[in-house]
Amino acid sequence: MRNKGNILVRIDWLMILIYFVLVFIGWLNIYSASYTEGSTLGMMSQPHGRQQVFIGLSIFLIILILAIEAKFYERFSSVIYLVSLLSLAGLFLFGKNISGATSWYSFGGFSIQPSEFAKFATALALAKFMSDTQTNIKLLNHLLKIFAIIFLPALIIIPQPDPGSAMVYAAFFFVLYREGLSPIYLLLGFSGATLFVLTLVLDPMMISLICTVIALLIYFKNRKKKHSKLLYVAILGLCIGLSYSVNYIFENVFEQRHRDRFNIVLGKEVDTKGIGYNTAQSEIAIGNGGWTGKGWLQGTQTKGGFVPEQHTDYIFSTVGEEWGFLGSSFVVFLFVALILRVLHRADLQKSKFSRVYGYSVAAILFVHFLINIAMVMGVFPTVGIPLPFFSYGGSGLWGFTILLFIFIKLDANRINEW
Amino acid sequence: MRNALLYLLVIITGLLFVGRLFYLQVIDDSFKLQSESNAYKRMRVYPERGHVYDRNQQLLVANQPSYDLMVIPRKVKPFDTLQLCDLLAIDKERLIKQLKKARHYSPRLPSPVVAQMSKIEYASLQEKIRKFPGFYIQKRSARDYQTTIGANVLGYIAEVTPQKVKNKPYYQSGDLYGKSGVEKSYEKILRGKKGVKYLQKDKFNRDIGSYKNGTLDTLPENGKDITITIDAVLQQYGEELMANKRGGIIAIEPSTGEILSLVSAPSYNPALLVGRQRSRNFTKLYLDSIAKPLFDRSLQGQYAPGSPFKLLNALIALEEGVIDENTKVTCRHGLHYGARKPFGCHCPSGTSNNLNKAIFASCNAYFGKTYLNILNKYPNASIGVQKWSKHAKSFGLGNYLNNDLSVGNKGRIPDSAYYNGAYGKNRLRSTYIISNSIGQGEVETTPIQLANMTAAIANRGFYYTPHIVKNIKGGTLPKKFTTKRVTTISPEHFEPVIQGMFDVYEKNGGTGYYARIKGIEICGKTGTSEVYGKIDGVRTQLDDHSVFVAFAPKDNPKIAIAVFVEHGFWGSRWAAPIASLMIEKYLRGTISRKDLEVRMLNGSLQHVYDSFISGEPFKINRNRPR
Repeated sequence: MRNKGNILVRIDWLMILIYFVLVFIGWLNIYSASYTEGSTLGMMSQPHGRQQVFIGLSIFLIILILAIEAKFYERFSSVIYLVSLLSLAGLFLFGKNISGATSWYSFGGFSIQPSEFAKFATALALAKFMSDTQTNIKLLNHLLKIFAIIFLPALIIIPQPDPGSAMVYAAFFFVLYREGLSPIYLLLGFSGATLFVLTLVLDPMMISLICTVIALLIYFKNRKKKHSKLLYVAILGLCIGLSYSVNYIFENVFEQRHRDRFNIVLGKEVDTKGIGYNTAQSEIAIGNGGWTGKGWLQGTQTKGGFVPEQHTDYIFSTVGEEWGFLGSSFVVFLFVALILRVLHRADLQKSKFSRVYGYSVAAILFVHFLINIAMVMGVFPTVGIPLPFFSYGGSGLWGFTILLFIFIKLDANRINEW
Repeated sequence: MRNALLYLLVIITGLLFVGRLFYLQVIDDSFKLQSESNAYKRMRVYPERGHVYDRNQQLLVANQPSYDLMVIPRKVKPFDTLQLCDLLAIDKERLIKQLKKARHYSPRLPSPVVAQMSKIEYASLQEKIRKFPGFYIQKRSARDYQTTIGANVLGYIAEVTPQKVKNKPYYQSGDLYGKSGVEKSYEKILRGKKGVKYLQKDKFNRDIGSYKNGTLDTLPENGKDITITIDAVLQQYGEELMANKRGGIIAIEPSTGEILSLVSAPSYNPALLVGRQRSRNFTKLYLDSIAKPLFDRSLQGQYAPGSPFKLLNALIALEEGVIDENTKVTCRHGLHYGARKPFGCHCPSGTSNNLNKAIFASCNAYFGKTYLNILNKYPNASIGVQKWSKHAKSFGLGNYLNNDLSVGNKGRIPDSAYYNGAYGKNRLRSTYIISNSIGQGEVETTPIQLANMTAAIANRGFYYTPHIVKNIKGGTLPKKFTTKRVTTISPEHFEPVIQGMFDVYEKNGGTGYYARIKGIEICGKTGTSEVYGKIDGVRTQLDDHSVFVAFAPKDNPKIAIAVFVEHGFWGSRWAAPIASLMIEKYLRGTISRKDLEVRMLNGSLQHVYDSFISGEPFKINRNRPR
């Protein structure tokens, strides 16, 4: 309490600096991506004009967040979480369909996407639950509750449909692992994903064969340890079963467009004009940048509007084309720096609530950063999730701003805790 | 240790991303190329085609704006089809067909609906075009003929063929290029140089401004104006004189080789090949296999020259020394030379002709005998014919003139090789080919070669290659047109021959006596060349061609002319009067002999031409019953 007037001293200016640099570079690139002859600053008909307003409102939000008592977030996390869940559920009744997904509320000419705000709400709720002294992650009972907190919003988001936004919730696994979740879950997750991709590239027969060979090798190497043969057989059976079921799901449950997106990235299909157009044009834009880029507003791919959704999800391709290898590496560096900084500050937290929340922030930013840029560079299937602080959109910008600045506020407040 | 995982993952991800960026942006070049093919469009900027002037700086060919109605199908909204059809003067089916074609080509890119509209059509359409969204008017440049004459000289421009585009990378589909006449010969000078403009494109292939602020653009270089040697007044007069006749008139200025007029009849109005009706008109001209208006008779027509060729044989005989001015030959209504039939002539039996009279009265017997003497001077006729052929070829006969006219024909001056082929090696006897002596037999010339031969005689032994270009603005004339070409005949031998040509007009009994002009000393020679054609597959003798060559004045000649009138019965009937009128027109500017002029202008041989295809029997060289 005694340091209340001193928040400007205790605050982590590095994170704020990186935040503003990212937002500013993001706005420059949105300006370029949506630039047309005769564009002027502040044109509300253009995305860059609206983004200016969003940025202005963000600053207002930041002041508000930093002004609110830090305890507020912990006390009201459940309320915030519930409001968030309700707003997500309300979409089924009042939602507006924009480009195929019912993810928006529309107020006049203005839309809000509640899934962008659900992330920080979930992070708060998770932090709150985990920080309870009674909670023990090793107990299945508690673990199921934790999973429920995490996956409830995701389950509501998936059928909107917005699988990309739902995928982000997998980020919380990193948080749980940090807080003592058995590595088996991560291992299972990774092996599952590896098996999934391998199954798509090769066929299930081949996978079964490889799995069998590996199982036998491990078995004979560890013969002395006297593992139960049954365990090996069970794991092997699981792998083979998974491989066949993945094949079945892929062929029969997935829609063609999903299959196409996977096939494009895996190189099983080459189609730069149709389903692979986005990825191909985005790669061309990035490749066009060279060492130093074409210069701001000079990118031919960007000016010609060849990359669809360039000012939103594909904004990084503008960076690639106009700022080149140096510019885009710098942006990658900024993201890495920001996430590492958040992680570092989170580790320093004495309060478990702040630490878990901070870890959640870092994990969410990381998953967005990973999936978005991998997608723009053509190594991940097309999934519609934005690049934090960068992509055009008020909800996205505000959602990430709140997410980050609540942590900054918590971080600034850590001295008050014991 | 558990907190290290995410740190590691973040750092590894960052490094992988930088690596991938390095690959995409620095190592792999293919993306750069792809972005270039995405990003800009090369547009040709068309220069103004050069103008064409006549020798007196009268403008013959200029440019006019022509207007294409273009459509971008995607932007079309429902409109009043009836009104648009009215404005364009097309029917609804055609409009619908054109729109369908345009949509098929591209919904986003412009396609023409109606091409080459005139200013007048444009004016009425332009006021209403706003009522038709998706349509707009594209301005282009078309030829604007300031004259109705000289179609064969001026030529025309047409859209390039796919073949041409393939062979000549300068052109691209839709370009216009000179396809005949001056437009073809001086295509490179007239067309100028296209400029290039780079336009930045967006994903719909629409233009969104200049690429790299126009730093790569080049300005078009306008075509150069050229002045041609044609005298438009004389050309027009020649075309009027040839109305309803077929044939050609070539007038050359002997002192320079400049072609003053190049008439081919029948011809057409060059403006027919511009504008909306172009392709219909061209098809009509192209398919006219009877009158052949696109066939330039003065350049491509290959005829037996007839009697004017006697002049050349006289010169060769003098040069070879087988005759002199006073050598006399007695004509017995022909020449008896050992064949079954005498070599026929129109002279009364027992006339004794010297060179002068042989020329002005056109005695066949004299030249038949003389020709045999030339050939027999040598051990065998093959050598003789080779010598003779060489002399004849020095007058520009028997081969292309190698000038700047886009079409031409070699003609034929037979040599020993030719006859070795026909009769076997050295089996030729001089008497076999006696017909060459009077310009029949194997000898064939084009009217322009005949005119050039006349010019060489007028010059007393040399000529300049006949050419059509007088002056290129900012350019120089090719050297080949300013190089004197000397014949193998010594200058002193020309005088007696020229005197004979002079007497064609001046002496009673001369074949051009009735065509003489008071005060102008004309030297000429009539010709009547026999001609055979196929009618229903049967070789049939047709009416003789009427031929005349002349130059004037006798000393310091200003004009040499050859006139060819197909099936004009005989030389003095059509060709000689026409030649004399042309000479008078050129030298004096006015015509004194009005009745002759009227007769020539109104005279028609159409009924003769019609009789060949009528299927009815006819008698040659007689007036047909009309």
